[in-house]
Amino acid sequence: MMSAIFANLPALQVILPLLFAPICFLLRKRGAAWLLAFCVSLCTFAVSIALFMQVSAAGPLSYAMGGWDPPWGIEYRVDSFNAPFLVLLSLMFCVTLAFSYKSVEKEIVQPRHALFYSAFMLCVAGLLGIVITGDAFNVFVFLEISSLSSYILISFGKDRRALTAAFQYLIMGTIGATFLLIGIGFIYMMTGTLNMADLAVRLPSVMDTHTVRAAFAFIIVGMSIKVALFPLHVWLPNAYGYAPSAASVFLAATSTKVSLYVLIRFTFTVFGAGFAFGAMPLQPILLVLAVTAVFVGSLSAIFQTNIKHVLAYSSVAQIGYMVIGFALASHAGLSAGILHMFNHAVMKGCLFLVAGCVFYRFRSARIEDFRGLGKTMPWTMGAFVVGGLGLIGMPLTAGFVSKWYLIMAALDHGFVGFLIIAAVLAGSLLAVAYVWRIVEVAYFQAPDEVHENGKEAPFILLVPAWFMALLTLYIGIDPSLVVGAAESAALSLLGSTP
Amino acid sequence: MLVATALSCIFVRDLFAVIMVFGLYSLLSAGFFLSLKAPDVALTEASIGAGIAPILMLGTLALTRKRSEPQPRAKKSLRSALLPLVVVSLTGVALIYATLDMPYFADPAAPIHNHVVPRYIEQSGQETGIPNIVTSILASYRGYDTLGEAFVIFAAGLGVLALLGFLSDGSGREYWQFEDTANLRHHAVLHVISKILIPLILLYALYVQFHGEYSPGGGFQAGVIFAVAFILYALVYGLEAAYKIMSPVVLRYMMVIGVLIYGGTGVLCLILGGHYLEYGVLSDYPKHGQHIGIILVELGVGVTVASVMMTLFFTFSGRAKRSVLKKQGVET
Repeated sequence: MMSAIFANLPALQVILPLLFAPICFLLRKRGAAWLLAFCVSLCTFAVSIALFMQVSAAGPLSYAMGGWDPPWGIEYRVDSFNAPFLVLLSLMFCVTLAFSYKSVEKEIVQPRHALFYSAFMLCVAGLLGIVITGDAFNVFVFLEISSLSSYILISFGKDRRALTAAFQYLIMGTIGATFLLIGIGFIYMMTGTLNMADLAVRLPSVMDTHTVRAAFAFIIVGMSIKVALFPLHVWLPNAYGYAPSAASVFLAATSTKVSLYVLIRFTFTVFGAGFAFGAMPLQPILLVLAVTAVFVGSLSAIFQTNIKHVLAYSSVAQIGYMVIGFALASHAGLSAGILHMFNHAVMKGCLFLVAGCVFYRFRSARIEDFRGLGKTMPWTMGAFVVGGLGLIGMPLTAGFVSKWYLIMAALDHGFVGFLIIAAVLAGSLLAVAYVWRIVEVAYFQAPDEVHENGKEAPFILLVPAWFMALLTLYIGIDPSLVVGAAESAALSLLGSTP
Repeated sequence: MLVATALSCIFVRDLFAVIMVFGLYSLLSAGFFLSLKAPDVALTEASIGAGIAPILMLGTLALTRKRSEPQPRAKKSLRSALLPLVVVSLTGVALIYATLDMPYFADPAAPIHNHVVPRYIEQSGQETGIPNIVTSILASYRGYDTLGEAFVIFAAGLGVLALLGFLSDGSGREYWQFEDTANLRHHAVLHVISKILIPLILLYALYVQFHGEYSPGGGFQAGVIFAVAFILYALVYGLEAAYKIMSPVVLRYMMVIGVLIYGGTGVLCLILGGHYLEYGVLSDYPKHGQHIGIILVELGVGVTVASVMMTLFFTFSGRAKRSVLKKQGVET
């Protein structure tokens, strides 16, 4: 029995949340849907840990869906690049659910709870499916699942603008997914296979054709929309800003990272770095866009009045850092980019959890609502300060570690490298500005009448927020685990290219 | 003709006509697919694009207005007109650019015909025991993708319920208070014809469902055709009568049961010691097991698609009813 479970872990990773989602939809009792989702999330997390251990001990795993060997059937492939992402996704699944029990109760009316949790589990399953699969078309199918369910999650927001935000995201996201599909169609036409590893073998012989070049462009542009890379980020601030707190925590921490994962996976594993950065001018385009993203995102964040919007624009900027690392295409750059994907997920998760706590108390999260919170909600604000320091990149936080590695990687690139370092430092200064604005309001302004007798957020909401805050500090103090994972991920990506 | 219909879709202002032209467009492209020797795709396109999509759009139309508002000439209009134009032209150029090096249509030396496909063509008959190669690829070789597609459809149903149709009190009462808006109810001709047609449509749906292994068809198409029969019934006899046969609550359960039949088949394979969705283990003879598995998952797909399509229609039209009732309330 145990060995059967272990042999099928890659399948279980995705089908657990996938199959329990419809069951969850039927549960009518208060709290039942949540309980089921939470149990599933714990199992999913256990599976992801087991997979991570297996991969780091014994190398890449391959699992043939339906027993059909690749490339005829669909292959699930777990290697040292995607195993850490599985852990990250399942971890955020658990943390968000721990948080959502109270938060969802406040923000969504009861009969819709089952629907919310069902959509949430579908979303998680979709993202896990994208990350774990070794089949190009399967990526598209699970992208559809996760995208559709995240539109649903966003539309649950209390503000009516959530509907427009979800619709905008739907239009942009559908264009992105269609572009990805067109690209996959083209490479299938040129190679006759959909399996990623098989594509990597068969693509080089047809590399120098218009069709493959167009396919590459379609995939890059399509996924850049989902990554929210500047200037394709316009859907992101409203989507995160108006979604229910629990949904914005999970989506902010994971969804853009998964899209970036797909981008990196296609660039390195399928097309190969030699083609992407040699034959195609990917590097200058991405670097210019990413640096612009850092500036535009940070500057816009300074002028927002709603904290969720501040955090969302800051995400646009932070995605810029990740893309810089990816565009450097060296081992150091790539590991810095991957490292920042993890660290940012942890920090942004923490900050959105704090925003959720404040929202829970005041039913809005404008900057004015933070007045005097340093006194009335000390624990909430404590977590905020830790996460904020992480965004700035203060030493002893996770943000410092990834920025440090990014700067080290940029040093190898001469003059361009110096420009990048200047951009990273300037971005950090801008981050000081937008984080300080909130901290100042919270600690140095007296609360007004409405907020004077505000109480600390419930314990059960603080636990996940502080868990993420402590994780930020832990990674800042002892980064060896995360850095090791990121470096072996980068190694496996670069090693798999010809 | 495709181009002509697509253009008229954009320029006609009457939304009702747009929907009809849109259905025509789908029917034409179904013919196009058929001439490319892809009957399965053609059947899907015909039933979804020309069958159910226009009905759903008409449902939306009932919620809104029949004509699109003439755009007020705002300052932004130039930019908002140019941006989509630029994006679309760039995409078009990229697509044409990509065709420059494509293998010719039906070129036997093209890579797609020489790598994975030969095994599908030569051996799928022996490996799955199913003559229709499309079905065996869809349901077995790449069955996991199809599972994903079934869940995409489930998610779509979920989304519509989340946005439009969720019962405020959870008891389902709200749905039952419809009266008839369609004046179709009193047309004797329609009654007689639909009475003859509906059983035939249902029968045809079942044929497409279970004959999918020998001829074009399968769960997706059958589900849609099945749903169309009920929608026709609801259109002619009124929603209330349709609810007596298929209540929204039943439909919700069917949605779930459909995807669970598919997913559960996979789990059964796991329990019996195979990989996920490895139908071979369902029976002592792998070929027989494949057969059972494929029938089961096709059934799952059919149930999901049919129930989601009906849910979509019922939620849209239920919503329309509600807004009509509200308007009357305001006026009186």
